[in-house]
Amino acid sequence: MSFQERLKRIIQLYDEILRTGHRTEIIRELQEEDDLFMLLLYSDMLGIPNPAFYYTLELYPHMLEKFHDWHTRMGMDKSPLTGFRCC
Amino acid sequence: MSGILLALIGMFVFFLGYRYYSKFIAEKIYRLDPNFVTPANEFNDGKDFVPTNKWVLWGHHFTSVAGAAPIVGPAIAIYWGWVPAVIWVLLGTVFAAGVHDFGALVLSVRNKGQSVGTLANKIIGQRAKILFLFIILILVLMVNAVFAWVIANLFINFPSAVLSVFIQIPLAIWIGYVVYRKKGGMLWPSLAALGTMYAAAVLASKVPALQIDLKSWFGGEENIVAFGLNGVAFSFFVWIIILMVYVYIASTLPVWKLLQPRDYINSHQLVVGLLILYLGLFFSNPTITAPAMNSAATDVPWIPILFITIACGAISGFHGLVASGTTSKQLDREPQARMVGYGGAVGEGLLALASIIAVGTLFTSREGFLEAYSGFAAANGGGLGNFVQGAGQLATGIFIPADIATTIVAVIVVSFAATTLDTSIRLMRYIISELGKEYKVMSLTKTHVATTIAVGSSAALVLLPEGPNGFGSGGYVLWPLFGTSNQLLAAITLLLITIWLKRQGRNYLPTLIPMVFLLAMTLFAMGRQLLLDWSPFAGANPNLLLFVLGSIIFGFAAWILLEAIAALRNNKPNVPKNKAV
Repeated sequence: MSFQERLKRIIQLYDEILRTGHRTEIIRELQEEDDLFMLLLYSDMLGIPNPAFYYTLELYPHMLEKFHDWHTRMGMDKSPLTGFRCC
Repeated sequence: MSGILLALIGMFVFFLGYRYYSKFIAEKIYRLDPNFVTPANEFNDGKDFVPTNKWVLWGHHFTSVAGAAPIVGPAIAIYWGWVPAVIWVLLGTVFAAGVHDFGALVLSVRNKGQSVGTLANKIIGQRAKILFLFIILILVLMVNAVFAWVIANLFINFPSAVLSVFIQIPLAIWIGYVVYRKKGGMLWPSLAALGTMYAAAVLASKVPALQIDLKSWFGGEENIVAFGLNGVAFSFFVWIIILMVYVYIASTLPVWKLLQPRDYINSHQLVVGLLILYLGLFFSNPTITAPAMNSAATDVPWIPILFITIACGAISGFHGLVASGTTSKQLDREPQARMVGYGGAVGEGLLALASIIAVGTLFTSREGFLEAYSGFAAANGGGLGNFVQGAGQLATGIFIPADIATTIVAVIVVSFAATTLDTSIRLMRYIISELGKEYKVMSLTKTHVATTIAVGSSAALVLLPEGPNGFGSGGYVLWPLFGTSNQLLAAITLLLITIWLKRQGRNYLPTLIPMVFLLAMTLFAMGRQLLLDWSPFAGANPNLLLFVLGSIIFGFAAWILLEAIAALRNNKPNVPKNKAV
């Protein structure tokens, strides 16, 4: 490993050390924000009427991956939406 | 004695402790197993449980436990002379803190990464868990009160540091924005922020107009400003209110907006601080002028008060919370617990040692020291200020002018204390919410209700007790209580490890002995203070608030002792290796 690579690795390690502190909290907070956004988009599926559901559903293909994370976090092992499955 | 020699002796003792004692503990007592599947690997979820590089984990653990506390305690405890303080820091780190931090980590790793609180419930019983929650609550309450006062005191004594500390807040918010909204890196913006802060410190050291000196603005001690408070007392009041408003906002904002970038900058400051201290020491080679044993210190005996004055830096229960709360969920392989846990304690010991050397070499003569440390109250009030001056003086060894160095060190210490305060208020908020859930008081689970209670009670605790410096000095009157509750927490953790070892059929003396010592000292110190200092029947200055708080802690300590005896006498069947307790 050249000196430059070694230096880069040390800087990387240092950055990682300092980031580790709040990593979990931040992941959780950002997920909560995402969850709230998802809830706004797909509240209809949970029984909360959403007049814009027809339109927000159009976003579904773009959010397939996030949608899967969301419904598993919400305690639903399988997608609650019949016809549109992510798993 | 030469400061360098003392530092080298200290480092050598730490080296021996790490090289031999921790090896013995790892192999013969905790019996670390490289094939054991750690919770980080077993439950890897990319969030809480993540196998982490051992250097990263050590660094993270060390930066989480190192704050202002290992600096404050030794700076006060040098009052009895540097020898008792150094001996307690060295022996405490090697035989108590190392074993405790390391043990808490191993115990948690062997129990699915559960925290010490949950383990107390499992190993001792429901009572222990409730006891545990209350001790933590008292501990964080003390931390809030003590550190609010510490910061206010530093702002008043080092007004040139105020600007840099306040500049840090918008800079941190800017970094949070750059990193999480613009997807940038954090390293370079944070270094730029640090540079800006230190540039402000240099400017403020030279330009008096940039020094926010409330004490002189309010007319000093002679002038009565409002509510019968003189300029100094009113300055404390104003700073404490400002700090409380700040921590309220900081602890309710999303972490990425302020706290993480701020802590990131402060971690750079930990590196800068340690470099200033040790490089300054080795370049300037100062002589320790403080007495080895201060025979004039007769108002408060060093046994047992020394052992609760230096908590972090010798042994601290808070480390067990960190080790079992987050670190244990990230440990990749079990043998790495030695480096992370024991090594983290050694890092903390080095910080405490540096604090003793900085204060011990500050004064030009023994008389100067005796004048500054004329009594325990003076040591409590001035200890940290002396550390800042001492560290500033060491920095002249690396060619930083004394006034600039003092300002920068004050900025560093305030930043550490502010990080501790932020974290502690946040932690208190979580505990209040937890208690709310436990007792079905749902309003307590609301962020703003819990934060208001946390901030309000901390503000009351710092403002209400009557300290020797009048209004607002309640914080440092509480320092012995803080030390006591912290040591008590450490004793409980050591007790849990001891019971675990006993049930595994192993030698438990390495954890039992420090536990008994800590409990004995805690009970002795508390009993003495309760009866002689704070009780309504005590002579000079009875203090009802401290009496009540102290009595609660004393009761907890006695309770733990009884539980410990009961749990140790209870011969439950041995649990096979690698199985949870």
